[in-house]
This record gives sequence, structure tokens and C-alpha cells, in this order.
Amino acid sequence: MYTTVIGLEVHVQLATKSKLFCGCSTAYGAEPNTQTCPVCIGMPGSLPVMNEEAVALAIETGLALNLQIAKFTKWDRKQYFYPDLPKGYQISQYDLPITHDGWLEIEDPKGAFEPKKIRILRAHLEEDAGKSLHDESAGKGDTLIDLNRTGTPLLEIVSEPDLRSSAEAKAYLTELRLLLTYLGVSDCNMQEGSLRVDANVNLHIPSDAAANDDNAQDGKIATPIVEIKNMNSFRAVERAIDYEADRQYREWKETGRRLGQSPKQTRGWDDAAGVTRAQRSKEESSDYRYFPDPDLAPVVISAEVVAKVRERLIELPADLRKRLVADYGLSLYDADVIVNQGRPTVDYYLTVADGSGDAKSSANWLTQDVLRTLKNRELAIEEFSIPAERLSNFVKKIGAGELPSARGREVFELMADDGLEVDAAMDKLGIAQVDDSEIESLCQELLDANPKVVADVQGGKQQAIGALIGQAKKKNPNIDPGKFRATCLALIAKG
Amino acid sequence: MSISRQEVEKVALLARLTLSDDEAQLMTRQLNDIVSYVDELSQVDTDGVEPMAHAIEVHNVLRPDEVRDSLPRQSALANAPKHSGAGYLVPAVLGD
Amino acid sequence: MTLVEQSAADLLKQLAAGELTSRELTQAYLDQIEQHDARVGAFLRVNAEAALKQADTIDRRRGAGEQIGVLGGLPVAVKDLLCQTGEPTTCASRMLEDFRPPYDSTVVAKLKAADAVLLGRTNMDEFAMGGSTENSAFQPTRNPWDLERSPGGSSGGAAACVAAGMAPLSIGTDTGGSIRQPSAFCGVVGMKPTYGRVSRYGLVAFASSLDQAGPISGTVADTALLLQAIAGHDPRDSTSLNAPTPDYTADVDKPLEGLRLGVVKEHFGEGLDPEVDSAVRAAIAAYEAQGAKIVELSLPHSRFAVATYYVIAPCEASSNLARYDGAHYGRRTEERAMLASLQAERKAAQEAGDADALDNIDTALVRMYRQSRSEAIGPEVKRRIMLGAYALSAGYYDAYYLKALKVRRLIRQDFDQAFEKVDMIVGPTTAGPANKLGEFADDPLGMYLLDLYTVSANLAGLPAMSLPCGATKSGMPIGLQLHAPPLEESRLLRAARMFEQSGVWKSKRCAL
Repeated sequence: MYTTVIGLEVHVQLATKSKLFCGCSTAYGAEPNTQTCPVCIGMPGSLPVMNEEAVALAIETGLALNLQIAKFTKWDRKQYFYPDLPKGYQISQYDLPITHDGWLEIEDPKGAFEPKKIRILRAHLEEDAGKSLHDESAGKGDTLIDLNRTGTPLLEIVSEPDLRSSAEAKAYLTELRLLLTYLGVSDCNMQEGSLRVDANVNLHIPSDAAANDDNAQDGKIATPIVEIKNMNSFRAVERAIDYEADRQYREWKETGRRLGQSPKQTRGWDDAAGVTRAQRSKEESSDYRYFPDPDLAPVVISAEVVAKVRERLIELPADLRKRLVADYGLSLYDADVIVNQGRPTVDYYLTVADGSGDAKSSANWLTQDVLRTLKNRELAIEEFSIPAERLSNFVKKIGAGELPSARGREVFELMADDGLEVDAAMDKLGIAQVDDSEIESLCQELLDANPKVVADVQGGKQQAIGALIGQAKKKNPNIDPGKFRATCLALIAKG
Repeated sequence: MSISRQEVEKVALLARLTLSDDEAQLMTRQLNDIVSYVDELSQVDTDGVEPMAHAIEVHNVLRPDEVRDSLPRQSALANAPKHSGAGYLVPAVLGD
Repeated sequence: MTLVEQSAADLLKQLAAGELTSRELTQAYLDQIEQHDARVGAFLRVNAEAALKQADTIDRRRGAGEQIGVLGGLPVAVKDLLCQTGEPTTCASRMLEDFRPPYDSTVVAKLKAADAVLLGRTNMDEFAMGGSTENSAFQPTRNPWDLERSPGGSSGGAAACVAAGMAPLSIGTDTGGSIRQPSAFCGVVGMKPTYGRVSRYGLVAFASSLDQAGPISGTVADTALLLQAIAGHDPRDSTSLNAPTPDYTADVDKPLEGLRLGVVKEHFGEGLDPEVDSAVRAAIAAYEAQGAKIVELSLPHSRFAVATYYVIAPCEASSNLARYDGAHYGRRTEERAMLASLQAERKAAQEAGDADALDNIDTALVRMYRQSRSEAIGPEVKRRIMLGAYALSAGYYDAYYLKALKVRRLIRQDFDQAFEKVDMIVGPTTAGPANKLGEFADDPLGMYLLDLYTVSANLAGLPAMSLPCGATKSGMPIGLQLHAPPLEESRLLRAARMFEQSGVWKSKRCAL
């Protein structure tokens, strides 16, 4: 049929305290135009001075994405007129980006696609623009401009067109977001606009026309590239790509138009309608007239600086997954669930697993009960009422048979509700150790009372014992069902 | 290189200027004069010469990531030709 | 000698000794302005009340025995290109007629800290683009030596007010000669410091990699004094040089021993006015008489300096001036009329069924930008915006902008090589004396070519200064220009002082 070819441009706001070229705060949510100064408003005479932390965060991200760090990087002006761009140009990087040529590996634990490396062309620094708001009260037909966001540092991460499906695109974005939040270089909050995605999409379609088409490869022609904007969630990115692939195929069937036969088009995603729409093309082709910004000095990045930033690097998600699989014996799926929750969850898990010595059971309790409780109560793991050390004692008790696993959940709930240690919770629930002789006498008693069960077991139907477990629990709620079953079978075997 | 009237119109849009017919005609003539003078740069052999974008070439001028006071909103907006008290007002950004 | 005929250094001594108050002095200059500026037009605005109030404060503090700054109550005029809190900063443009910055430029802040009395704001070519001050949107400035002639530009008001005794000290800016050329035309001393020596923060940009603020005054020592007050590293300007500021005033009177003085053969070519030629040669002879060694040399790429400059400066300007679009500050076109005419255009196109024309009509926003800019920006500035936008646009970047940056390096290398052989370069500031007002009204290129001797220092970032070295038969001043290696302002000042002391030429104030 056809292959969908996708490249993503991701803009992330870097988590600096102050803006890229001035001391205004980058805090989100302030009243409009309360976080500006002559520099970010672009007032006559004002001059930019580069924020060193933004440079460090860009290098850090670069290292994490296997990018080359430029030895020499400079700032360029991208010139266009728009009311959210008060200087009439955006300070960005054109031909010497601070980092270039790296990759991010994506993998699907469910195996929807083969693990692959998505090449990253570049990640460069630039300043964000302000916001245009349509202000009903302001007067008919006016747009209100808020320049608080103007000058916030952005890292634009541009992938090569290596993605081949909306699922891959989503996996790439998810992994990228995870990586950036692990590093703490950005909070990647799409609602607040600290992570924004544009997608470049076209199709490769097997066709006879490929024979005399310079852009064709392997007998496939390429359709014109479309840039999709206005996608406000990863789900929207998936839907928009799927819609666009289908739309381009239909269009190609209709027009036969190939790459190079029509200009690159920009389309906006309408989430409610579930369609992309052509955005009115400007009469003028955008001619940004990039040139080096004379107000800013270039930056020379020495090996020492890179080494210093490297020290800041923490273990990255991909390495953590590998470690959880290799050293803790988890399935890739479990490792993925834990790592994707973010670093605090990983730290929690490591404490529980190391403390209890039972990696698998720790993972089960964490991925099921802990995460479910957090979700229901809308808590972050740091706020959870069962600290990791406490849960590790709990897991240890179950593993040692001191707490019947059948009653584990009850104890867990009580620990979570009342903030109790495992022992206190067990006391409160009256869970006590039942010693072996006690179990044996209870088994004997019930077997004597139920000869049919004994006969069934002797006839090979071991599951018949199940009928006795309920009775046993009534007599003694602390009985461990597993132990009870084993003891009964042993007694029957002994005859 | 010579600049056509049409190019002048295109550059005027790029620079967000409007030129009357007379102005455009005069501008075309004057820009051509200047450009033909400037064209003498093509005589200079610049093979292997590094471009020099700054008068004095310094590197790594960076500031610490510290928050400084912003302007009070009223001073930020004081020079705006039109504002609502909360923000700058411009003709509707439509059709983009 | 009346007060306004004395040097700033002499006045400062009297102020410090308590023989003169800052108020008396300020009033004397205000009177001089009152009397003569209607004819000269050097000032765009004079705030007498604020100046006197500042003077009083300084007098009071001095009376109380407080430490007073280096300018100790001397009046200083400031080119209307440097932001000053709450005061109009117009750049002599309709676009910024009502613009009042919410902050002080570093130069203004330093003047205040040095206890200068800010006398008023001087006229200039709009956004500093021009060489005659005729491009001011508000008024022409006349040369005090001959009111039919231009004072030069773009700092024409800054040079004229010193020449006419309306200020002892003034601040100009120099992007391609805008301090040195008017200083030469008006018979005063003006310096463009090394690029980065004086902060550009709050200096409204024309061409960022060339702009530099500097002092204009009546004598070399006064120039040193004013430079002392405004020089220094500024963390708010990334291009500011992080170098210690020498004590310029300390050794200005010490002659330079064993001075090797370069004379550039390209400076004495065709087009040099014979009177200028002989005045400059006389000045060179005066140096030789004081033991300087004269070295002939060549700056082979200097003949491309004007072409290089008129690519780089407009490119940077077109970008720097994009912010004047009527959206956030500055002038906006009258919206109601604009929207009405847009509507009429649309209607006409619809009725004519002309889909193409309909497509080509600007959006309201684009029309607002275009109309605001076109109404409020003057023809010379428009020309440079157009030239720069053209030279940076797709397909021309390499041929013009990039090429110019490469030639710029060659120009700088010429100087670097020259300064291996000489300590300083001496020559004319301008090829001729001040031109008549209106002389280049229809000849922008002719006007550009006048910058022949001055643009190189900006391209190369070097310090350079102009000092009076003679006069034509008709009494128009002639300027001598000195170039030194980067950061060698002290060397320039000492060499300039050597000539001043030689007695070959006694500069005087213009008697209006």
C-alpha cells in the first residue's frame, strides 16, 4: 500500500529560572505582561545577554540524546513580523546549532514494532515568542498580546524522517519526554505549552511513476511534505498523523502530485473535528533573512565544559530499563512500566526491592497496588503514605510467610489508610502467625469430617481440597491457604 | 546585479513598507546606484577568508541564571499605541 | 573669557574650588542656548528646569562636603539616541516622537553617577543614518561656522552645540564616522572609542556591530575627562569589553616618546580637497618636529571600506529597525481610516470580480505594519532598510552580506599589519570641509562616499578621533584623524594633545 514517513520537530521549554536573554522570570501562569523588561519587549536600545544555564541544559540534553556538542556555536536572527515577536526577529541558531547528529532509541514492550534508533538531526537553542489572545472585551477585532513567555529558552529538537507510523511517533515522543523529565531539563507540560510538537509527514507509495522521478527510491514515489501544527497532546499527534496519511493517499490518487510538484504545505489539526486543515498560505514565501546576531558573542564549548556537564548526567531511562531487566530479573514490560513513571518511582522501587530482597514481588506490588492507589488518590509517589522502607518490610514479611499473601492486600490498604508499619497493621487486623501443629490439627479435623474430599483427592482430583479452604478460613482467618492445602495433601498421601 | 521594480516591491513587503509609485520608482533607481557601487566588492579575492560579524571578537559572554525584577505592567505598556491595561492590542491576527 | 568659552577642565577646577556653582554654569549655557539655538538648531529638547534642579542638588551636596563625581556639576548634552528614563528618546524620528523609555542607557546612568548635569538632547540624522543631520524628522541643524552649511552627521547637534558654546561636553555616537565627521566639520574634538569600550546598552541600535558612543568636546583634555566618565565594562552588553578602564586624564599631557606615525597613501588620493590636504600635511610635519617618525604605508583594502560598510550597516539596520512596527511602542497609523480603506479595496476587488487583486490585499495586521512604518520613517532610513532587506534576502546573502563580512576581515588585517610597523595612523577625517545644506538631497550615494576615511575604524573596531587642525580660506574647520590599535584610547589622547600643544593650530570656539 504505502509507507508513512514522519519527522518530528519538538520544542521544549528549558527549566531555567530566568529567560534566555534577560532576568525576567519564566514562571508559568502570571498575569499577562507582568514578567517583561526592556530586553524581552525588544525596547529600543536594549541588548540580550545569554543565560549560561540554558547553554548547560542544552549540552546536557545533547549528551543524553547522543548528539555531537558543537565546539563553536553562535546566534542568528530569524526575521519575520508578528505581534508576539516584539523585536521583529527571533534569536535562534541557523547553521551552527549547539548540538547535532544524535539518536534516540525507541522500543515497544508489547512488540508493536522492532526497536529502532531514530536519528536526531539537531537540537538548537532559541527564544520563545509571546502569546496572542483574542480578547472579546478589548474591542472588536483586536488581538491582545501577552509577552510574558517571550524570551523563554526553547530547545528545538529536530528528528530525521525516520519514523514510520503514528505509534512510532508516539513512542518517540513518550521516550523523549521521559528522558527530558528525568534530566530535569524541562517539565514537558503540554497543557502549559512547555512541550510542543510539529510533524512533517509524507508518504512513499510504490508506483510505476517512480522510474522517471528523481525523488523516488526503491520504486516508490514520495508525496509532497505536509507540516502539521496545533497538536495539543500525544494522542492528537497520533490521530493527526493517521488522518494525514490517509488524506495524502486519497489526494495522491486524485491528483498524482509528487514531492517537488507543489510547495510544502502547512496544515492545522482540528482536534474536535478530527481533521487537518490547510492554513492560509502567506502571499510571500517566508524569507527569514537569517544572519549572525551582532549583539551576542559566539560560544566556544571546551571539552572541560562538556565533561563538567556530563557529571550532571544521571542514569537515563533506557539504561535503567536494561538494569532492571538484567540485575533485577524483571520483564521488559514491568521495567518499562516502572521507568516510565519517572525517576522517583524508580528510586522507590529500588529501595523496596533491595530492602526486601524480592525484586519480582516488589515489582508486582508496585506496578499493581501502589500505582493503582496513587492513581485513585491522585498522589505523586513522593506523597504516598507508605514510604519505600515500609513497603519493603511488608514484601519481606510476605516472602517469609509471616504474612499470608491472601491477606496482603488488606494489610496494604490499612498501611496506606492509617500510615501504619506492617506489624501494626497486622496487629490491628489480628493477623497472627499460625504454627504448623495448629494447621495440622485443623487439616486433620476437616479431612475427618469430609471423607468425600479425601476420596476425590485419592482419585486424582487434587482441586477438591479447595472446598475445605473456605471452611478452614472460617475456623481460623489467619490460616494460610497455600500451607493448608499442602498440609492436607501431605496428610492424605500419608493415609 | 540590478534590481527590478518588481523586486523592490517584493522587498518592500518583506520589510513591511509601502511605497507609492513615485517612491518605488525613485527607490529602484537609487538602490540600483548603490548596489552597482557595492558590486565592486566582487573584485576582492576573499577565498579562504573567515567572515567577520563582530568588530571585536569575544566569546562566551554569559550571565548566571538569576531572576531580576521585571517592569511593572503599566510601564511595560506605557508606550503602547493601544493597550487594554492588561496587554498590547493589535488588529486581529486572522487567517493564519 | 566668558564661562561658555572656557574648557570643561578649567570650569571643573572652579566648581571644585567653590568659585563657581553648577547652577551658575548651567544657567550660562542655558542662556547661550536661548540666544543662539534658534539659528543653529542643535538641540531637540532642553529641559532647563530639570537641569537646574540637578545642578542645585550637586551644589548642595558639594556644600555639605559630599564626594562629587568626576564630572562635578558640568553640563553635558546627550544625543537623542541614548535612552533616558521618562524623557523622550526620539532618535529624531516621527516613529519615536512620544517614546519615553522606562530605563536609562548605561551611558546616561554613568553620566548621572558622575554628577553631570543633563542639559538637553541633541539633534541628529534619523536613527543616526546620515552625514548631515538633514535627515532629522524635526529640524535641520546648521553649522555654527556657516549657517548655510551642514554640521555633518549623524551627531550634528552634538558637535554643533559644543562648537557654539552651548555645552562644554556632549555625547555622540559613531557608526561610520558620526562623531568624527561632524567634529571635523564643526571644529571640535570627537572620539569614537574602541568597539566595546563604552556600553551600547540603551543606545538605540542602528548597526550593532559598528555603533559606539563617544565624547565630543572643545579640547583633548575634556575629551579624556568625558571618556573617563562613560567608559567601562557593562555586563548588560554582551559586546562590552571586559578590560580595565585606564586613567585617561592622568597622562594626557605626557607626549609619546619615539612615536611611529603611519601615513596612509590611500588617504591622499583623488578627491581630497587641497586645503584639507595641506592642513593635514602641516599637522604631520608638526608631529615630525616633535620627534615622531613618519612611516608611509598602505591599507590596500581601504578603498572597499565604503562598499563594505554600506552592505553591513544596512543589513544590521534593516533587522534592528524591524521592531518599529506600531505594535508595542512607537507610532501607529490611524486605524479607523486604515480599516476603512482596506474595506473599500476589498469591496472594489470583489465587485470587479478580481480574485488576484483580492488575494493581494494585505491583512489588517500587515497593513497596520506597513502603513505605520511608511508614515513614520523617513526616506533615508527606508532606503537603508530596503537595501539591507534586499542584501539579506534569499539568493543575495552570499554575494553581499557574507562577502562584505570577508572584506571586513581583510580591512581589519590591513590595520593589524600596519600597527606592527606604527603606533598610530594619521590622516584627514574628511575629504573636504562641511558641505552646503541640501547639497546631496538627490544623491544618497554621493553622501555615502563622504564617509571614505571614517568607516574603516568602525568596521575594524578601532579607536579613532578627530581634532581640529586648520581652516579653509572661508573659515571652515578642517579635521585631523588619528587611528590607534584596539583599547589604545590613551595613546590617541596623548598624541592628539601633542598636536594641540604644538601651537600649529589653535582651535577656538565659534563666535556666533
